[in-house]
Amino acid sequence: MREDLKFVAVGHVDHGKSTLIGRLLYDTNSLPPDKMEEVRLASEQAEDGIPEFAFVMDHLEEERKNRVTIDTAQIFFRTPKREYVIIDAPGHKQFLKNMITGSTQAEAALLLVAAEEGLQEQTHRHAYMLSLLGIKQLLVVINKMDLVEFSQERFEQIKTDITKRLNEFNLTPLMVIPIVANLGDNVAKKTERMPWYKGMTLLAGLDELQPAPSVEENTLRFPVQDVYEQDGEKILVGRVASGTIRSGQDIMFHPLGKTATVDYVKTLEGKQEKAEAGRSIGVVLKEKGAMQGLRRGEVACDLSPSPRVGNTVNATVFWMSGEPLKKGETLELKCATQQVSCKVKKISERLNSSTLEILADDADELLDTEVAKLTLKADGYLCMDPFEQVPEMGRFVLMRDTDTVAGGVVH
Amino acid sequence: MDKLDELESQSIYIIREAYYHYKKLAVLWSIGKDSTTLVWLVRKAFFGKVPFPALHIDTSFKFPEMYKFRDEYSKKWGMDLKITMNKAALDAGMTCEKKLDCCNALKTNALKMAIAEHGFEALLLGIRRDEHGIRAKERYFSPRDESFQWNYQDQPPELWDQYKSQAEEKTHIRVHPLLGWTEVDIWRYLKREQVPITDLYFSKQGKRYRSIGCTTCCNPIESNARNIDEVIEELETTNTSERAGRAQDKEDTYTMQKLRALGYM
Ligand SMILES: Nc1nc2c(ncn2[C@@H]2O[C@H](COP(=O)(O)OP(=O)(O)O)[C@@H](O)[C@H]2O)c(=O)[nH]1
Repeated sequence: MREDLKFVAVGHVDHGKSTLIGRLLYDTNSLPPDKMEEVRLASEQAEDGIPEFAFVMDHLEEERKNRVTIDTAQIFFRTPKREYVIIDAPGHKQFLKNMITGSTQAEAALLLVAAEEGLQEQTHRHAYMLSLLGIKQLLVVINKMDLVEFSQERFEQIKTDITKRLNEFNLTPLMVIPIVANLGDNVAKKTERMPWYKGMTLLAGLDELQPAPSVEENTLRFPVQDVYEQDGEKILVGRVASGTIRSGQDIMFHPLGKTATVDYVKTLEGKQEKAEAGRSIGVVLKEKGAMQGLRRGEVACDLSPSPRVGNTVNATVFWMSGEPLKKGETLELKCATQQVSCKVKKISERLNSSTLEILADDADELLDTEVAKLTLKADGYLCMDPFEQVPEMGRFVLMRDTDTVAGGVVH
Repeated sequence: MDKLDELESQSIYIIREAYYHYKKLAVLWSIGKDSTTLVWLVRKAFFGKVPFPALHIDTSFKFPEMYKFRDEYSKKWGMDLKITMNKAALDAGMTCEKKLDCCNALKTNALKMAIAEHGFEALLLGIRRDEHGIRAKERYFSPRDESFQWNYQDQPPELWDQYKSQAEEKTHIRVHPLLGWTEVDIWRYLKREQVPITDLYFSKQGKRYRSIGCTTCCNPIESNARNIDEVIEELETTNTSERAGRAQDKEDTYTMQKLRALGYM
């Protein structure tokens, strides 16, 4: 049983994420006395002297002085039900790569919309990115209800707008909650200022989220991370990406296309009968000579269903670098432990990730924060699964020199 | 799998990634509970071996119990222990009156010396996100430039389990396998795995150390927790932050940020 849940907080800049997170920590009694003191001191050093819950999260000097979250951060709190990890994601377009970094670690999301401003550029963009990244569970909070005089009408209007938008990407918010982050209305306690709202508080809503389901029962995928040789024994090491690997099981390595039988699963404690998805283990094969050709990047799979094996990848890709992607460019693709060079053959359906406007059907380049369908030709074979079926095998990053410049998923 | 299994497997995955990509690798071992957990996880990743050096940055001001523990377990676990001390700074009389200067000379500069001497490309460090706000912003694989600077304003994206596997020339990579662990996770794991740990962490005469480093900069906290179970129980109910007894974090709001930008751990 999992006792913790990781969620990412996203939304347009200034809609109140940092404030809300600070408030959540305060209301769950998770703030240490010295942190309270730190918040107080930092507020005193600020010009207007207003205590800012946002300071709990914004720790870089630049972040506090300019009152803007730059980087993603993680913070911990607990309710009687479980422990939470909040991933704070910055709301500026220029820090989208940090928002994405934060979101890829999350199993649920909290989307903030300020009541007086409504849906803004990054609200749209973040909602779309969440759907691309495969985050299915979502809570929406409409913040700063004090600035719209707690108007139910305004709330209903934004609720309709955001729900409609999310539905376009097959996302349905679990609930939409009107709050005032800095004063705590409907955060941990029900407020009397919005008697028309009959739903849960945010804290109660969070407890309704489900941890990511286990993929133990799924088809086996064990990407080989490395091969160690110890005391004359060759060991394939790696982490089971999906399914369960068992001693005596027949497996097939892709893309090599070679079969073998598992002798046993090895850990520091000794020989194990099996290991399920998520475990970092060693695997020793039965047949002598079976190790021939096996190295990092091979993936041990059930005999069926097989993954897709090939040297062409068609994928939805989001670009995260100020230096545009050029058609014809060669990049390194990394999927699980596989790494191959590939050439960008085609950039189609180039999309503005906020307005979802198609900028070009057939493009020569792709700019920062844009999304497109790419056709990539790899200089070697690799194996993948649809992202919806085996997430670990259906997502990848693209590297230019030493930097990650894009992420992608195959459907 | 429970939470500890998950954390353990993720840390082992990261350690093995670091080992695959960086042959000149070392694990920074401060003898405290976090880096001892890290060493334990290295042993798990390599089925009982520690296949690269363990580096101890010795300020000379550590607790005697720490030196004893270091010498005993480095032998027991067959570790290739490298000890680095900034002798020049110590000979020049560096003491901890000025925290920032002292930490910078005896830890950060000593680390620079060790990296130069041994040519390490990557270091495993046992820092955790919940220790300090600034550490909450760290990545699992975090590059440092030649002058050790951490460019925290423009960190590379880190998606899913894909980490930075190549460093630009003249940088080293810091790898943080314990980033997602909390203090109480560490204690629950030490208990489950029966990892040995120095008893400075346990209460004697109503006081214990919650975080250990130099004798000069660490103050014990009031506590009656005399063993692991009692420490876990205490942590499950306290709100005081772990490094509250650490002087170097306190000077002013941004000391930790300044120290870290200069290359501090
Ligand atoms: N009136 C009002 N102001 C709020 C509320 N929540 C946040 N703010 C203010 O909105 C500003 C931006 O909040 P912040 O948390 O920094 O936004 P972020 O950029 O989304 O992290 C700050 O000055 C907050 O004090 C709210 O519910 N009501």
